[in-house]
Amino acid sequence: MPRMNMLQAINNALDIAMAANDRVLCFGEDVGVFGGVFRATSNLQQKYGKDRCFNTPLVEQGIIGFANGLAAQGSVPVAEIQFADYIFPAFDQIVNESAKFRYRSGNLFDVGGLTIRAPYGGGIAGGLYHSQSPEAYFAHTPGLKIVVPRNPHQAKGLLLGAIHDPNPTLFFEPKRLYRASVGEVPEEDYRLPLGQAEVLKEGADITLLGWGAQMEVIGQAVETAEKEGISCEVIDLRTILPWDADTVVESVLKTGRLLVSHEAPLTGGFASEIAATIQERCFLYLESPIARVTGMDTPFPLALEKEHLPNHLKVFDAIRASVEF
Amino acid sequence: MNTKTTPSTVHTPTFTDGDEFRIPTFQLLQQDGTLYKGAKAPSLKKDTALRIYRAMIFTRVLDERMLAAQRQGRLSFYMQCIGEEAAAIGSAAALDEDDMIMAQYREQGALAYRGFTADEFMNQLFGNVMDYGKGRQMPVHYGSAKLHYMTISSPLATQIPQATGYAYGQKLAGDGKCTIVYFGEGAASEGDFHAALNMAAVHRAPVIFLCRNNGYAISTPSVEQFAADGVAPRAYGYKMDVIRVDGNDILAVYEATRLARKIAVTDNRPVLIEAMTYRLAAHSSSDDPSGYRSKDEEAVWREKDPILRMRHWLEGRNWWSEDEEKEIQERLRREVLETMKRAEKRPPPPLESLVTDVYDEVPPELNRQLENLKTHIRRYPDAYPKTAEQARGGE
Repeated sequence: MPRMNMLQAINNALDIAMAANDRVLCFGEDVGVFGGVFRATSNLQQKYGKDRCFNTPLVEQGIIGFANGLAAQGSVPVAEIQFADYIFPAFDQIVNESAKFRYRSGNLFDVGGLTIRAPYGGGIAGGLYHSQSPEAYFAHTPGLKIVVPRNPHQAKGLLLGAIHDPNPTLFFEPKRLYRASVGEVPEEDYRLPLGQAEVLKEGADITLLGWGAQMEVIGQAVETAEKEGISCEVIDLRTILPWDADTVVESVLKTGRLLVSHEAPLTGGFASEIAATIQERCFLYLESPIARVTGMDTPFPLALEKEHLPNHLKVFDAIRASVEF
Repeated sequence: MNTKTTPSTVHTPTFTDGDEFRIPTFQLLQQDGTLYKGAKAPSLKKDTALRIYRAMIFTRVLDERMLAAQRQGRLSFYMQCIGEEAAAIGSAAALDEDDMIMAQYREQGALAYRGFTADEFMNQLFGNVMDYGKGRQMPVHYGSAKLHYMTISSPLATQIPQATGYAYGQKLAGDGKCTIVYFGEGAASEGDFHAALNMAAVHRAPVIFLCRNNGYAISTPSVEQFAADGVAPRAYGYKMDVIRVDGNDILAVYEATRLARKIAVTDNRPVLIEAMTYRLAAHSSSDDPSGYRSKDEEAVWREKDPILRMRHWLEGRNWWSEDEEKEIQERLRREVLETMKRAEKRPPPPLESLVTDVYDEVPPELNRQLENLKTHIRRYPDAYPKTAEQARGGE
């Protein structure tokens, strides 16, 4: 099985999707001959032509408006927003249009073919505007699906899953992992299911839940915790919306403890939603308060990025506090 | 400005205010139904002309009756297009039947022209069980897949870049179809307008942008919307063909759109049409224009009624008579009244329609919320007369 980094896995997924279906289009700022600022769309224009893989003008609301129209027409657009931090000019098109297209038309029309890709998350010294994790804004919008992969194998399978899913999907790519995360990736077309969390490791004392690049951080914390005799169950949520509450509930009923970790700020972060649901469904089984290990309630900093981020030490600290509660 | 003789560089500072880009208004038909001197009527077959005229009358009758119904408390909300019928219907008539229409909310005439029936209009207006939109949107948010009329959404201008994308997909499909997108001069101030026109020009999408410049965005007059000479000159900035047309002149609107379609489909180039008209109606049933404009101003435009202008033209060709006018007026009034009575008696959409179509399948959490709701309704059935019986059925 070939080894790929996350960018290669994403590029490979797009290549497979475009080869299989003429109606799949990839576009966005600098996506054409240059292959995107991170090279996720490398060689696609050369292979499939300028009609199907192209640069757009620098206008995010236009990119997504255009993509909505294409999807309504029956095409399968994969639109790139160059950084998730710059998705907000397209907020109206995503929240008021993509998400509501099917519902408001009584299923006469839909934009289910739409996938929006965006590099996401911190850890690359990107400061305020090349680091954000905006999933919670979109998680408040029924009609959208939101996916975040943790490694190259997941990225390829989930992206192909998103492209073929009959609902508009936001696909946030942890850019810190683009080249850092390398692993075995099957060459063929395979699709991982949306809306399903994955239990990565079973354990007895505490459930650790995260997504994307945070899974690596959680993994490091688990190594330390297990040396101290704490048995950890680890779950990758993978799809933020609609999220797989049942898998998390089942785990917490067993372990009695839950820690959720994400890079986005604490207040109103998606961990809050998870905590509310789990306390409702697991109230009498909880041995300690549900812990949230997240970014601070600040804009994303630069010089003090390490202090801001929920690293493995903060996660480990919270594991210990939960177990010793 | 003659660009052919303008040097590409100068060595003294030279500003231009764009005043050389004045765009004339294309007119064919005078109010008395005769053509302007030198004007040539488009070749319009009699049956097409009468189909246009019937759609105009139907739209006017529907608008008058439904505003009255709103005033009687039978309907929650309504939006008329009185005075602007020619802009929507004349342009729709110049298209192929399966070209895509992406409307704002004041183009019911285009939908009527395509053949949306009085029953279909009423079901949407009353949001009943037969509404294609399943009673989810406010009145006038029509849509029809079979008539290629995209379901309307309230946010302004969002449909404009969507039309660019839709048309780009049509171009790649190679089926010779195009998209027309309607919006007002107010919506043209939104960023989506700029995004849409620029992308359409760059990516060569076969799309017709039809701006109904009706003078007002709710209460804001167009002079407070833009300092420029209307919306049309913006096309130059995008390198796009543009025509300004008398929006109350059915023949001019039809001919301009017919030619625009040709440019769009044969050259894969977008076109901007600015139709100059006037919103004789209030913005909506919730608006009262007496607070921001004069009766005198309205009277000037009432004299330019596009329906009367077309009637005069038809009569001049002996394609229409007083008797036919009387007959159609009576018949359509009766039809509108009868379909309204039927539509308002139909039950609301089923309780399940609250949660369907959010996704292609209802997610488990949403099903749980629906079950909780049913339990609640069973506990307080009197508070939910529309759905109490259905909730009991789920027991």
